[in-house]
Parts: sequence; structure tokens; C-alpha cells
Amino acid sequence: MTTVPDTGFTDGEWHRLHPLTPLLKGGIAFVAILGIIIVNLRDIVIEVVFGEFEGDTEPLVWLLESGYLWLGVLAVIVGLIVFIVGFWLSWRMHTFRITDEVVEVRSGILFRTNRRGRLDRIQGVNIVRPFLARLVGAAKLEVNVAGQDANIKLEYLGSAAADELRRDVLRLASGTRVAAAEQAAVAELSAGEGVVRSGLVEQRVTELLAPELDPDLAPPESVVNLNLGRLIGSIVLSGFTIFLIGIIVALIIAATRSPFFLVGFVPAIIGMGSYYVSKFTRSLRYSIAGTPDGVRVGFGLLSTSNETLPPGRIHSVQVRQPLLWRPFGWWEIKVNRASTSSAQGAAGQANTTILPVGNLSDVHKVLALLLPDLTDAETTALLERGMTSRGGDDGFTNSPKRARVIRWFSVRRNGFALLPSAVLLRTGAIWRELVVVPLARVQSIALHEGPVSRALSVATVRFHTVAGPITPTLGAIDRAEALQFFRDSVDAAVLSSTSDTSHRWRSTERA
Amino acid sequence: MSEHGTTETGTIEPTSEERLSIADVDWRRVSPKYIVVDIVGYVISAVMTLGAASIAAYFIGQPLVWMGVSVLAVIFLITILLTPRRVRSIGYALRDDDLLFRRGILYQRFVSVPYGRMQLVDINRGPVARWLGLSELKFVTAAAATGVVIPGLLEADAEELRDTLVALAESRRAGL
Repeated sequence: MTTVPDTGFTDGEWHRLHPLTPLLKGGIAFVAILGIIIVNLRDIVIEVVFGEFEGDTEPLVWLLESGYLWLGVLAVIVGLIVFIVGFWLSWRMHTFRITDEVVEVRSGILFRTNRRGRLDRIQGVNIVRPFLARLVGAAKLEVNVAGQDANIKLEYLGSAAADELRRDVLRLASGTRVAAAEQAAVAELSAGEGVVRSGLVEQRVTELLAPELDPDLAPPESVVNLNLGRLIGSIVLSGFTIFLIGIIVALIIAATRSPFFLVGFVPAIIGMGSYYVSKFTRSLRYSIAGTPDGVRVGFGLLSTSNETLPPGRIHSVQVRQPLLWRPFGWWEIKVNRASTSSAQGAAGQANTTILPVGNLSDVHKVLALLLPDLTDAETTALLERGMTSRGGDDGFTNSPKRARVIRWFSVRRNGFALLPSAVLLRTGAIWRELVVVPLARVQSIALHEGPVSRALSVATVRFHTVAGPITPTLGAIDRAEALQFFRDSVDAAVLSSTSDTSHRWRSTERA
Repeated sequence: MSEHGTTETGTIEPTSEERLSIADVDWRRVSPKYIVVDIVGYVISAVMTLGAASIAAYFIGQPLVWMGVSVLAVIFLITILLTPRRVRSIGYALRDDDLLFRRGILYQRFVSVPYGRMQLVDINRGPVARWLGLSELKFVTAAAATGVVIPGLLEADAEELRDTLVALAESRRAGL
């Protein structure tokens, strides 16, 4: 009834979470407290046996001496029972169900909460496996809908059940008929039956070592292989490192005057070290692959995270090259998305970083996954020019020469290109950057002109998307061109948002 | 849409080749009474800021600080004097597929919001605006940066505009 992996969760009935949930969620602390009490008791037992009281004022010793021992023991037992019953009740009361329309969770003993998310509004499905949970074969499933803190968490599920549930949720969300989903699930089940029953320990080990992408859904290979050297290089050559070097130089100068002053910085140094280590371990085993239900990004060595972004949930894409990465030709890809997940993304960054570091061919592969409309040869070439071109007449409409005053180095590169389904904004000659905004996701478009721009007869165009790390803005565009761009992109945005069906991404295929 | 009370329509001053302007748009302007609301707001903040600054300057007793206070006063004065023009620059237009909004003279801003992007419409009334029978309409999308706030609408107009916008959004509903 509860979390047997091959039970269909999507039958619309109420289901319970993994039986170890209380232990994983808060029980660890309880076990720790219990451990401390037991250790304490042991000391007392030793003291009693060897008969050498030292007149401690410890509460437990006092209890023993005063003859109210039974009261203390009773209190502990009652406390224990309340704890256990509480955890058990909260587990009993924490149920979820998935129907054709919604995913719903209800929880709480005294204060009941009920959260319901519409399946066609799903922005992403995330499976997180903290190390401890992984050891016992549990996983956290998070269904994200748009908004701050708008996650429906199923914490915890059996590891295999979580994978299956994600597949079903995505399938339901995609608009495919349930019957088809069930058929596929049955086929799945009969195929995988022999494998699962090969001993609990073995199963744990297999799950622990298995690649994050479950092989039946994703193409088995991640499109990008993040090699170790590049990962270390990218972390070392970050802005934070420059900042750090500056601080170290300052410290050394200060230390030549009074060396003892350095001692105070030991915690800070440890903190910085752990920052690098966590950034590194979180990016290990990074993988990204396209599935029929969207882009799947996985990473993490000990605690793993694995997120699926369904099609049409990406509100803008930024390809960026920090200055220090330029000699190596590395790039970073970030996206704006409507949901915020509590789980962190690769490299300990927000989960808006899709590709922590990659070369040009990696970038192309990831962009092809994120923006499936822009994969033809011509557009790919345009995208590449958007990243690496020095500017000029190359498909982009660039700033006029007179704008050099406000775009010192990038005046030749600073420009835009309007495609039927997206706009490309190219900026920066030193910190090169390309922003792609799918027009079907644009919320509104603005045209700005301030006094300086007016004197130069240029204007700024802004695309408003959901909040995120990217603000798609392009300044210093010739006024007439900016006006035309504004009009054209408004028309294109209206057109593509009416024809966009990606919120039910499979319904068109089936119809 | 039907008649819009005293809300004026037509081109918005100033227009010239040297400025941003979108051709062929029949702008609706906000009520001139909104000038009063805006001026009252600026006067209150001017009195408070200058009062606080003057007290500080009095205790510091440096002539340079008094200079700063007077510069601040001049800035406030210019802002208040320019209010009528600034209010005249506020305009909106209901086009076929989007709401077009503009404001600002020195810093011009044009925003186009496709109707289908509407998440909700707010109507707010401040104390002075309520006394003059005015409302403020806020068009909210999923992007915080959209910032389309149309002030100085007659109450009936604001409600009618809201209903129109909601109906238009309903007919052009799109996902996020």
C-alpha cells in the first residue's frame, strides 16, 4: 500500500511516503539526543558500580540521589512515546495523490496543510538524494510550479519509486492520455522485473553507483562530459579567486606588521576552502541529456540531484564567458525559470545554472536541448556568431558608431537578431555574453530612452521575463532600429505565444 | 471600447524627430486632476526631506551643508514645476493584441504587454486621489519588471478598463 516500487502512484488514490521518512527528516537529531543520554547514563552506571560519587550537580545524578528516579524514567519514557507516536502520526497523516489534473499533498497533525498543484503548470521535477537518504535507498521528489516557494515536496520516497513517479507525473503533465501511460508502465514493469529482486544490499549498491539518468528514458549518454581538469580550472579561474587573491595580498601586507592578527582569519580560510570543495563535489558527475519530457540535469557525488525541465519552461538563456575563461574557450549557461527550488544546482549555485562550464561544442549541444526551435544550421551559425564574433555585419543589427561613447569596446558587437521564435541579444566585447529569449515566454517588452541616449539618438530595448539571474537588456541601439525592433518583437511575441502549446508538450503529437 | 469620460485622447506633447515616439497610436491620456495628486505627493516628501535635512544642517552648522539642502530644494522645485508636463506624458493605448503604456519626458519609457500575459489587475486609490475621484490601475504580469501602473483614471473608467482588460486577457489566454 505504501511505497512498494511497482505500485502505480498515479491512480488518484492517496499514498504514503517512505516509512523511513521521519528518521531521515528529523529523526537523526532525535537519535543523536538519545545517544547523548545513553552515553551520560553509562557514566552514571559506572559511577554507581564503582561507588565513587563526586557530588556532581548533574540533573541525572541528582535524580538518582533524590529517590525520584522512577519519575525521571517515566518522563523519559513518556517523552519517547510522544516522540515516536508523533513521528508515526505525522507519517500517517502525510499523504499524497496524483490525479490526471493535479498533484496534491496533505500533511500535519494539528495544523493540516493541503497543497495542490496543477500538472499542466509544472515548471520542473527534481529528484534530490542526500547522502544519508541514498544509503537507505530513499529520494526526495520536488514538483515545482511557478512562484516563490511553490514546490510540492514528496519527502521521502523509495529511490526507484521516485524515478517512476517522476516519469508518470511528466507523462500526465505532457497531455498524453493516461491509457497510453499505463500501457507503457506495464511494459516497463514486465521488462524490469527480474532485475529488482536481487537482494537488498545489492540493490542499494547498484542504486548508489548507477548513473543519475535512468536509462529507459534518457539517451544513456550525457551530451556533455565535464572533465576534471576543466572543472577545477573553471573553479580556480573565477571572480571569487581574484577577490581571494586580493584579500590574501592585503593580509600578507598586514601580517608583515603584526603576524598574530592572522590567527583571526583561520576560520575564514577554512570557510573559503570548504567553499571550493563543495563547489567541486557538487559539480562532479554532472550530466545533461534530452528526454522526451524535457532537459534533465544531474550532478553531485555524495548527495545527488537530478532535475527535469519540461519543454517551454525556460524563459531566457544566457551564454556567458568570464574574462579569465577566454583563453580556454569556456562558457557558462544560465537560464531564467519561473520556479525556485529549495535544492541547489550544480557547483552549489542556484539551480539556474544549467552548464557550469563547457567549450563551444558543449554549449551548442546544451543550447540545442534548451531551445529545440533553434537547431537548424543557419541558426546554429548565428548563435555561434552571437558568442564569438567580433561584430560587424554578421546577421546581427549592431550599435551605430556614434554609440562608442557608451559602449567603448563592444560597439561593433553590441546588437540583436530577431528570429521567428526568439530574440538574440549580443553584448560585451570583453565579458562576452549572448542572451536568447524565446518570444513565446516574454511577459512584456519595453523601450527606454534617457537623456544621454537621446543625445546620441539611441535607445534601449528590454525584455521582461520572470525573475532570474538574467535581465535581457540591449542598450545603445539606433533609435529608428530600436523602434522597429520593438514593434517587430511585440508582434512576434504575440504570435508565438498564441501558437505555443508547450505547456502540454505531447498533446500535439498525439492529436 | 466605449466613451471614456474626460480622459483625453490624441498625441502627447512633446513630439519631435529627436525623441522616441511610436507612430499611429491613439494614446489615451490620464485625467489632468492627477497633477494635483502628484504635486501633493512631491510637496509632502519635499517638506519631510527638507525638514529633516534642515534640522541636521542646523546642528552641524556648516554652510556647505546648507548649500546641499538648497540644491535639494531646487531639485524638488523643478520636479514639482515639471509635474504637469510629466503627467501629460503618461499615456496608454489598447491595441489589438497588447496594451501599450508610456510615461516620462527625460527618461522615456514605452512598455507593451500582450493581453494574454496578464496575471491580475489591481485598482488602488490613495487618499488624495480618492478625494478627487481618481484611481490607479496596475497591470501585473509574471515579470516584476513590467511595471505598468496607469495613474489618474476616473474611478468608473478604471473599473471599465479593468473589466475590458480581464475580458481581453481571457480571450487570449496563454501559459506562463
